[in-house]
Amino acid sequence: MDFSSLRSLITRYCTGEESWVDSRTVYIGNKVPPPGTEAYILQRFPDNRIVSSKYTFWNFIPKNLFEQFRRIANFYFLIIFLVQLIIDTPTSPMTSGLPLFFVITVTAIKQGYEDWIRHKADNAVNQCPVHVIQRGKVERKQSQKLQVGDIVQVKENETFPCDLILLSTSREDGTCFVTTASLDGESSHKTYYAVQDTKAFNTAEEVETLHATIECEQPQPDLYKFVGRINIYLDRNEPIARPLGSENLLLRGATLKNTEYIHAVAIYTGMETKMALNYQSKSQKRSAVEKSMNAYLIVYLCILISKALINTVLKYVWQANPNRDEPWYNQKTETERQRHVLIRAFTDFLAFMVLFNYIIPVSMYVTVEMQKFLGSYFILWDDDMFDEELGERPLVNTSDLNEELGQVEYVFTDKTGTLTENNMELRECCVDGHVYVPHAICNGQILPGAAEMDMIDSSPGIDGKEREELFFRALCLCHTVQVKEEETVDGIKRGIHQGKSTSFYISSSPDEVALVEGMKRLGFTYLRLKDSHMEILNREEEMERFELLEVLNFDSVRRRMSVIVRSSSGEYYLFCKGADSSIFPRVVSGKVEQVRARVEHNAVEGLRTLCVAYKKLTHEEYEQTCHLLSSAKLCLHECDKKLAEAYDVIEKDFILLGATAVEDRLQDKAADTIESLHKAGMKVWVLTGDKMETAAATCYASRLFHRNTQILELTTKRTEEQSLHDVLFDLSRTVLRQHGSMTRDIFSGLSGDYQDYGLIIDGATLSAVLKPTRDVTSNGGNYKEIFLEICRNCSAVLCCRMAPLQKAQIVKLIKASKEHPITLAIGDGANDVSMILEAHVGIGIMGKEGRQAARNSDYAITKFKHLKKMLLVHGHYYYIRIAELVQYFFYKNVCFIFPQFLYQFFCGFSQQPLYDTAYLTLYNISFTSLPILLYSLMEQHINMDILKRDPSLYRDIAKNSLLRWPTFIYWTLLGVFNAVVFFFGAVFLFDNTTFTSNGQLMATNTQMMFGNWTFGTLVFTVLVFTVTLKLALDTHYWTWINHFVIWGSLLFYVIFSLLWGGIIWPFLNYQRMYYVFMQMLSSGPAWLSIILLIIVCLLPDVVKKVLCRALWPTTTERIQTKRQCLTAEQSTIFMLSQTSSSVSF
Amino acid sequence: MGKKQAGTGPLSRRPDNSAFKQQRLPAWSPSLTANTVLPTFYILSLVCLLLGIWLLITVENTHELKVDYTKAETCEECFSLRKSAIDSTTACTCTVSFHVPKTFPGDVFFYYGLRNFHQNLRRYMDSRDDAQMVGRKNNLKTPSSYCAPFDYDADRNPIAPCGAVANSMFNDSLTVMYNPMDGSKIQVPLYRKGIAWYTDKNVKFRNPPTNNTFPLQQAFERTTRPLYWQRPVYELDDTDSNNNGFINDDLIVWMREAAFPNFKKLYGVLNRAQGPFTEGLPAGNYTLSINYNFPVEPFRGRKELVISTVTWFGGQNYFLPIAYLVTSGLILVTAVVLTMVYVKVGKKGKNMEE
Repeated sequence: MDFSSLRSLITRYCTGEESWVDSRTVYIGNKVPPPGTEAYILQRFPDNRIVSSKYTFWNFIPKNLFEQFRRIANFYFLIIFLVQLIIDTPTSPMTSGLPLFFVITVTAIKQGYEDWIRHKADNAVNQCPVHVIQRGKVERKQSQKLQVGDIVQVKENETFPCDLILLSTSREDGTCFVTTASLDGESSHKTYYAVQDTKAFNTAEEVETLHATIECEQPQPDLYKFVGRINIYLDRNEPIARPLGSENLLLRGATLKNTEYIHAVAIYTGMETKMALNYQSKSQKRSAVEKSMNAYLIVYLCILISKALINTVLKYVWQANPNRDEPWYNQKTETERQRHVLIRAFTDFLAFMVLFNYIIPVSMYVTVEMQKFLGSYFILWDDDMFDEELGERPLVNTSDLNEELGQVEYVFTDKTGTLTENNMELRECCVDGHVYVPHAICNGQILPGAAEMDMIDSSPGIDGKEREELFFRALCLCHTVQVKEEETVDGIKRGIHQGKSTSFYISSSPDEVALVEGMKRLGFTYLRLKDSHMEILNREEEMERFELLEVLNFDSVRRRMSVIVRSSSGEYYLFCKGADSSIFPRVVSGKVEQVRARVEHNAVEGLRTLCVAYKKLTHEEYEQTCHLLSSAKLCLHECDKKLAEAYDVIEKDFILLGATAVEDRLQDKAADTIESLHKAGMKVWVLTGDKMETAAATCYASRLFHRNTQILELTTKRTEEQSLHDVLFDLSRTVLRQHGSMTRDIFSGLSGDYQDYGLIIDGATLSAVLKPTRDVTSNGGNYKEIFLEICRNCSAVLCCRMAPLQKAQIVKLIKASKEHPITLAIGDGANDVSMILEAHVGIGIMGKEGRQAARNSDYAITKFKHLKKMLLVHGHYYYIRIAELVQYFFYKNVCFIFPQFLYQFFCGFSQQPLYDTAYLTLYNISFTSLPILLYSLMEQHINMDILKRDPSLYRDIAKNSLLRWPTFIYWTLLGVFNAVVFFFGAVFLFDNTTFTSNGQLMATNTQMMFGNWTFGTLVFTVLVFTVTLKLALDTHYWTWINHFVIWGSLLFYVIFSLLWGGIIWPFLNYQRMYYVFMQMLSSGPAWLSIILLIIVCLLPDVVKKVLCRALWPTTTERIQTKRQCLTAEQSTIFMLSQTSSSVSF
Repeated sequence: MGKKQAGTGPLSRRPDNSAFKQQRLPAWSPSLTANTVLPTFYILSLVCLLLGIWLLITVENTHELKVDYTKAETCEECFSLRKSAIDSTTACTCTVSFHVPKTFPGDVFFYYGLRNFHQNLRRYMDSRDDAQMVGRKNNLKTPSSYCAPFDYDADRNPIAPCGAVANSMFNDSLTVMYNPMDGSKIQVPLYRKGIAWYTDKNVKFRNPPTNNTFPLQQAFERTTRPLYWQRPVYELDDTDSNNNGFINDDLIVWMREAAFPNFKKLYGVLNRAQGPFTEGLPAGNYTLSINYNFPVEPFRGRKELVISTVTWFGGQNYFLPIAYLVTSGLILVTAVVLTMVYVKVGKKGKNMEE
């Protein structure tokens, strides 16, 4: 009964706030602990129900509606709809209500369906049976009824129903094997341990008798961290306290393997499990296109409001004459007369808003979303991006960023597993300067190293022999590799055919597998870990057994790992392997110089090097170490820190044994991809945790650095000699001197004249650069800006020795620089997640280091080379498609609404709509929606092979070039022009002439004047045809689908109009459209003017395209023309051209 | 080795290799070049030119004459009488004489024109009940609320036809007299029927059901005439009982609201059965006598009689021929400019490609 628990008890009662409690106590089996030991506090925990669904049956409608109307656009349309319902407005509420209803319903159905699926999945999980020990018997229970403290029995291949503390297993040693494939994608088997004092309780009856409590921290999402303590009351005395760590914690979602059954106690249930806590949604990323779209939207909102204001003001100016306000033929009702003028003015303003509200189309959001959602399937379907080896397709986790793939300016790539295969193979090892090359044939043969290695003593003495064997043993022992003996592994692991059985080495680190396998080829085979003994088969086929005492696990800060073993002769060894930088400072003896030289030599060749060291421990030292470790492990607070301190004390005074070099081959076509990205105007940065030499070698191999690239180094080595300040200024001077003369060449890219710069920076220097300098240096010391300036002028940058968080920092730095470039991060490991989340577009590689990167990414691909097609082809297409979609949508609604605005000047600002209700409603929904949707799915302005072959085309769309303000203004002006043409064209036709329909066509008596609905229909017909044909002009890729929707929707318009005007609709209280369309078509002038107006509307656009193409062609257009010349394609009536990309001049 | 172990069978996850999914559908990719654009422009220009000329000739052959009688001659008196609503029931007739310089050949159409009369005000346009006009009995007795304040009279009797549109129906009657040289006066015979759309007359406008024992007047029982009307709807035409009620041609013509404040509506078509009108409207002097009822003074409007001939192309419409000619010219100019650009820049452009 210690003081701290008492204190926590007091705070618990005083605050009354459950969440303040930073640890929880779990009573195993929910049994009251022996009296007097500790007050029994009943804590309430959630049950084991997993709720990933958002809605329930009852709250679906209100909650979903609430969610949907939180979107600003939907809310806007709701307001418009309500205004229409409340006040007397020109158009019926149907016109905005129906599309809104449609949009809301479709979204609700989609979300409802998704939620239903989640519900089904939840139910399946929640209702699956689990075995719980109650009253000494195994009982079946539904998973959701599981409670904290229940003892659960899990059988082989079952999934853990909640987070459990392992009590006992069917194995004698109290271990079990688990795969966490569904949690983090690592399919390797991990070993978990039962607490030594409980492992004996391995039947249901025995477990029932266990009295113990568990104190542990409150749930937190980190999968790999857990601290706790178990108090076992064996015999009513003081309880035995044992530390609990993540090796005792079985996580929900993981699967039990190779173990018959286990008993474990539930500590975190339901939504408090680590898996559920990790479900937290990522922050929403928004694409640049979406931002421009919102900017346009605001412009249009302003246009809308100003239109309404202008008209309201003009209306009251016009109505100043009472005979106009209320002419004898149009008297008001009494209530209308009595209304206050301000109220009238306000309702008029609202009515104008309603009349013009279509300028912001409700359907644009739906179309954009559909385009993105459906469009993303082209990535999934792409056969070129299918990986046969893995049998995996690309993954699209979000379709919101499709077009962002066409806008990338900076590519941040991880090295290991992304640029390289992460398929490790031991190339050589070096023991005291002797180089060994493992090879299947020349097993264990000692090869002399490279010629310059003059320190090689070709015949190592007896001492050397001993050292050599110690080195091999060290590598065989110092690892966390497991041996899998059957062939039921579901990942791709390398199998080793042994004499008797097939076995695999499995580890979360491929380096380790490569090392152990390499050792096997050198004659030392690691067999298995059995009863805490590691078994090794040495060269003489003798079994050596070492007792594994402690494992000091690898972590990325220390960059090393150690094991403490006891040999059969009773000697204690500590073996350590790790990065050279973390080993060398801790070495006291050994041939440091030779090994260092070899390590550096290997690093330059692009190999991954590790150093191996050891020290002998006396029994006392071992005891001390043990004590140090266990006390560090036992704590509850700041455990990591204490552990790290303990490791630091233990891992020192090493004797250096040697070094290893593992080769990681470059991925297929990695160099080609990088070169293409360079040509496409992207800057490629490699961010890696590897050491500089290795990373630089990979960079050369992948052609990120060329032979003539001048390398600028910004590393600790240099900053040791000079101050950071001087180095930075030196570099920037070098770069800027060049910069003055090369500005002109910056876009041609290929000109051989100018010097190519490559920058290498390491983590330590980077943090120095980024550190906000407080000291008053002469130049203010804003290193960040200088650094960015240097980076901007380098074609390639390599950042090595990066911590995961630093990777994200770099991305953030570039993102926030003044050009606000679009960044892309690509990586495969958990260490890349932070940068993947930070970058505009995050791409994960489904590689060997688990699926964590892929899960957190926006898109996941299988190989680095697929990035090329993803960006250059898919990204390019998505961008031009969505750009056209957005511009076209605004354009067609300007065309649609501007005539209504003009009409107000002719109808006394009375808010008379120009078009019939049906036309107002259906214009955006059906007459003009499909062609643009299909265009935005199918368009290919250039063949995809050309896009792939000529990456410089990517520059044409860089910097959001199709959605810049000039382009937007051009489209808007084009829309206004078209609107003016078809409105005034029709006005002149109607106003000062006798516009009649000819009698002969229909009957003898139709020399009747046409009314306003005919006028509106005429304008609308020209509108629909113009807008659709404008899209036809922009289409470069006419598949049968395009033909079908473009001509089909025109035909649909005609058929609909015939039908709509052909019947007296019984449910309508007006029949204004009756036969209007037919009468119009029976009139010659109508036909002639429709044709003329369409031609006049399209003419300027065609001329603009032709002129721009001839005078200022973009690369894209040049290629199109070239292809045209080459293939000598049929000339046709349709004059088609590249869309507005010519604005970039 | 890993391939076969990859769980659910790697090949099942392989995407279909269809042309659609691989975005390789066969497609036609047209593009703008000089070869396509220039010929099209020249041809288009020519076609527009020919059409324009043809239309111009057609339009030249139509005749139109406008007689503004708002305050002309003796109508000045009536005009001022109609200023105030007090004397609305007092009849007022006046005559205006005009001269037709050339014979109007063929069918001649007589229109009445109004200026500054906004038939397109929103509330005005809505103030009608199509359901009533199509002869639904319920709507006859309970007019739509859109008709307010012209839905019920002061005694809560439903108005038929209700609404502002019907209420303000044009009610001048026009008679044109031909004055040949010999001093005689011949009334110009007009067809006053068959001037509305066939579909309007026969489908969209229907009287409430009647039969032999149940005349029209009875069908309109317990409704009242619009406030400004002098006669009830079932007595609009004295001469033809089939032209009464909602299917009265003048009413139907009026009910098709004009798009602009200046408009004209068909009043009648020349009856060419007997001379001297068999060839059309002969040149000479005419008098127009008007039963002047329709007040235009309050909104500063004008009233006129328009006499016009019609071709297949409609009335005297100079807009289309001129528009076609202008367009033709524009296309020609652009085509020439484009040709020049192509000749000059085309070579340079090619150099840039190389």
